[in-house]
Amino acid sequence: MKRNLISLAVAAACAFAGSAQAQISDGIVKIGVLNDMSGLYSDITGQGSVVAARMAVEDYIRASKSTLKVEIVGADHQNKPDVGSNVARQWYDTEKVDMIADVPTSSIGLAIAKISADKGKLHVNSGSATADLSGKACNANTIHWAYDTWMLANGTGKAIVKSGGDTWFFLTADYAFGHALERDTEAVVLKNGGKVVGKVRTPFPTQDFSSFLLQAQASKAKIIGLANAGGDTTNSIKQAFEFGITKGGQNLAGLLVFLPDVHSLSLEKAQGLMLTETFYWDLNEQTRAFTKRFAAANGGKYPSMVHAGVYSSVIHYLKAVDAAKTDDGTKVAAKMKELPTDDVLFGKGTVRADGRKIHPAYLFEVKKPSESKGPYDYYKLVSTIPANEAFRPLSESDCPLVKK
Amino acid sequence: MEIFGIPSQALFGQLLIGLINGSFYALLSLGLAVIFGLLNIINFSHGAQYMLGAFVAYLSLNKLGINYWVSLLLTPLLVGATGVLIEKTMLKRLYKLDHLYGLLLTFGLALIIQGVFRHEFGSSGMPYPSPEVFQGVFNLGFMFLPKYRAWVIVVSLVVCLSTWFVIERTKLGAYLRAATENPSLVQAFGINVPRMVTLTYGFGVALAAFAGVMAAPIYQVSPMMGADIIIVVFAVVVVGGMGSIMGAILTGFGLGLVEGLTKVFYPEASNTVIFVIMTIVLLLKPAGLFGTQK
Repeated sequence: MKRNLISLAVAAACAFAGSAQAQISDGIVKIGVLNDMSGLYSDITGQGSVVAARMAVEDYIRASKSTLKVEIVGADHQNKPDVGSNVARQWYDTEKVDMIADVPTSSIGLAIAKISADKGKLHVNSGSATADLSGKACNANTIHWAYDTWMLANGTGKAIVKSGGDTWFFLTADYAFGHALERDTEAVVLKNGGKVVGKVRTPFPTQDFSSFLLQAQASKAKIIGLANAGGDTTNSIKQAFEFGITKGGQNLAGLLVFLPDVHSLSLEKAQGLMLTETFYWDLNEQTRAFTKRFAAANGGKYPSMVHAGVYSSVIHYLKAVDAAKTDDGTKVAAKMKELPTDDVLFGKGTVRADGRKIHPAYLFEVKKPSESKGPYDYYKLVSTIPANEAFRPLSESDCPLVKK
Repeated sequence: MEIFGIPSQALFGQLLIGLINGSFYALLSLGLAVIFGLLNIINFSHGAQYMLGAFVAYLSLNKLGINYWVSLLLTPLLVGATGVLIEKTMLKRLYKLDHLYGLLLTFGLALIIQGVFRHEFGSSGMPYPSPEVFQGVFNLGFMFLPKYRAWVIVVSLVVCLSTWFVIERTKLGAYLRAATENPSLVQAFGINVPRMVTLTYGFGVALAAFAGVMAAPIYQVSPMMGADIIIVVFAVVVVGGMGSIMGAILTGFGLGLVEGLTKVFYPEASNTVIFVIMTIVLLLKPAGLFGTQK
C-alpha cells in the first residue's frame, strides 16, 4: 500500500554547468529526501522538505557560482522502519544517492544512520527528534541538524518546572522518539526539583486519547507531558480540552509542537501552550523572505522547523562537498564538522564532533486568538536559549566519537 | 474499592470511553455488514467514505455556513448519492465476479479519494467545533463525560438498532434479504431488484458518512482518519461474522470495551488486541461469532 516511490527526479542543475569534477561520483551530487509523504508527519516534513531542498540547491548555486550538478529525489517511508531502510539501501546501492536528508520518525532515523555508516555514505537528519542520533547511536557518517529531544526537554520542560509545574504525568508515543523525549524530559524535571507521578505508553499512532487522558487526570499531576508529535499531539490536546482536563487545573506540556500542528488545532485550543523550536518564520527579515518564497512553492503552507532544517543542512552539505572536492560520505561529514555553518535561517553555527549541529533555540508561547493578526501569526517569543546552552553539552555526551 | 489494582471509579470511566469508541466501530461495521450481506461486496472504500462525511461537514460549515445539525442530515444524503453513482457505474459490473474484484476496486477508490484530499488539505487535519448545546461536560462523579460523547452513544445506538429493525423485522427488509438469496425469483414478483441493491449500497455509504459527521468534532478532520479506523472495523466485522447485522453491532460495542480495558491494563497492546481476538475467533469459529456457515 502506498508503496509509491515518488520519483521527483528534478535536476536542479546549475545554469552554467562545467565539466563534472572527477571526484564527484558519476558527476552528480544526488540527495535523497526520505520522509513521511502521506501520513501524520507529512505536513511537518513531506513534500515541503523536497521544496526546501530544491530551494537550497538553487540558492547555494546562485550564491556560490558552484559548478556542482545536483539532483534531488524524494520517497515516502510511510513511518515504517523496514520501508525506509529498503529505500535507503536501494538509493545507496543502485541509484547513486550520496546523501539522505530529512528522515522524520526516530526509529527510522536511527536505522538510516546505521545504514549510512555501514555504506560509507552520509545522513543529515532534520526530521527525527531522538538525541541518541548524536548520543549513544552517533557515528561519523551522521549529522543531526534541526532539533532534538534534549533540546526540547531543556527548553519547554525546564521552563514549565520553573514556573511551578513540578508534578508530571507523561503520555508517551510508544517508539524510539517518544521514549527518548520522555527520558530527556524526565531528567530535566527531576534535576529541577520536580516529580514524575506516572506515565503511559500510547500505541503509535493513536486517534483516541481519552482513555489515556483519564489516567493522566486521575494521577492529579499538575502537568501532563505530551511526549508525542504530529497528529498524536493535536488529537491529545483537542481531547484534553473536550474532557475539561485543563479546566480542572491540570496543564498540558506539548513537548514537541510544530507550527503546522498549531495551525491545525486553531488558536482557541492551542493558546497558551509553551513550546520550543529552533525556527519560526517570523523571526527576522530573512526568515520572512524565505517563508514567502517557500509558501509560494508549497501550496501556501508555511515552513516547519524541519523544512528549515532541510534547507539549511543541504546548503551546508553542498558547501562541504565543494570544499572537500568529493562527495564521499565520510570525508564530506568530516568537512561539514570542520567548516562553520552560516545560512539565512539559523544564522551562524557549528557542527560538533558528535554530529550535533549547534544553533540557538527559542521558547515560544502560542498567542491568544485576539493577539493574532491572521493565519500563521501564532507565536510570541518568550526567551532565546543561546546556542551554547540549547543542546546537550559535549561533556554529558555518551557518543563514542567524543574523546574525553 | 479496587479491581485488579485499578480504582473501580476509574474503571467505570474507562468502560464508558470504550463504549464511545465502540459506537463508532458499530456504526461503521454496520454499514460494511449491510453492504456485504446484501451485495456481497467487501467495501474497502468505507473508510474513505467516512472521511468524506467528515470533510463534507467541515467544508459546508466553513464555506457555506451550514451547521452541524443540517450537516448530520445533508451529508449522508450527499455522500450516499456518490455511493449510488459508484454502484451504478462501477460496482454493478462486478457482481458476477469473485469478491476480490469488488475489494480491489473499492480499495483503489479509497486510495484515490484519500490521495486527492491529502493533496488538497494536507495531513494535519482541520478542527470542527462541537455544536453549542454539547459543549461542556457532565460530571458523573467518577469522571467528566463530554456532553458530545454522550450524544454519540445515544445516536449510535438508535441508528444501529433501527437499521437492524428495518432489515430483520420489516417487509422491506424481507425483500432485501430475499433478493440476496434469489434475485430472479424476487424480480419475478415485480420488485425492482437492481434499484434495491443500488439504494442499499447508497444507504451503507450514507451510514459511513453519518459516522464521519459524528466523528468530526471529536477527532481532527483529516484525510487519513478513515484509513486508520477501517482496518479495525474490518476486524470487527470479521469477528462478528461477515454480513451479520446484529453481529456487527454487538461486536462493535464489545470490542470497543475490550480495547478500552486494554488501554488501562496494558496500553502498549491496545491497538493490537482486536486483531488478537480476531485471530482466536477465526481459529475457533471461522464464520465469526454471529455468522452462519454457508
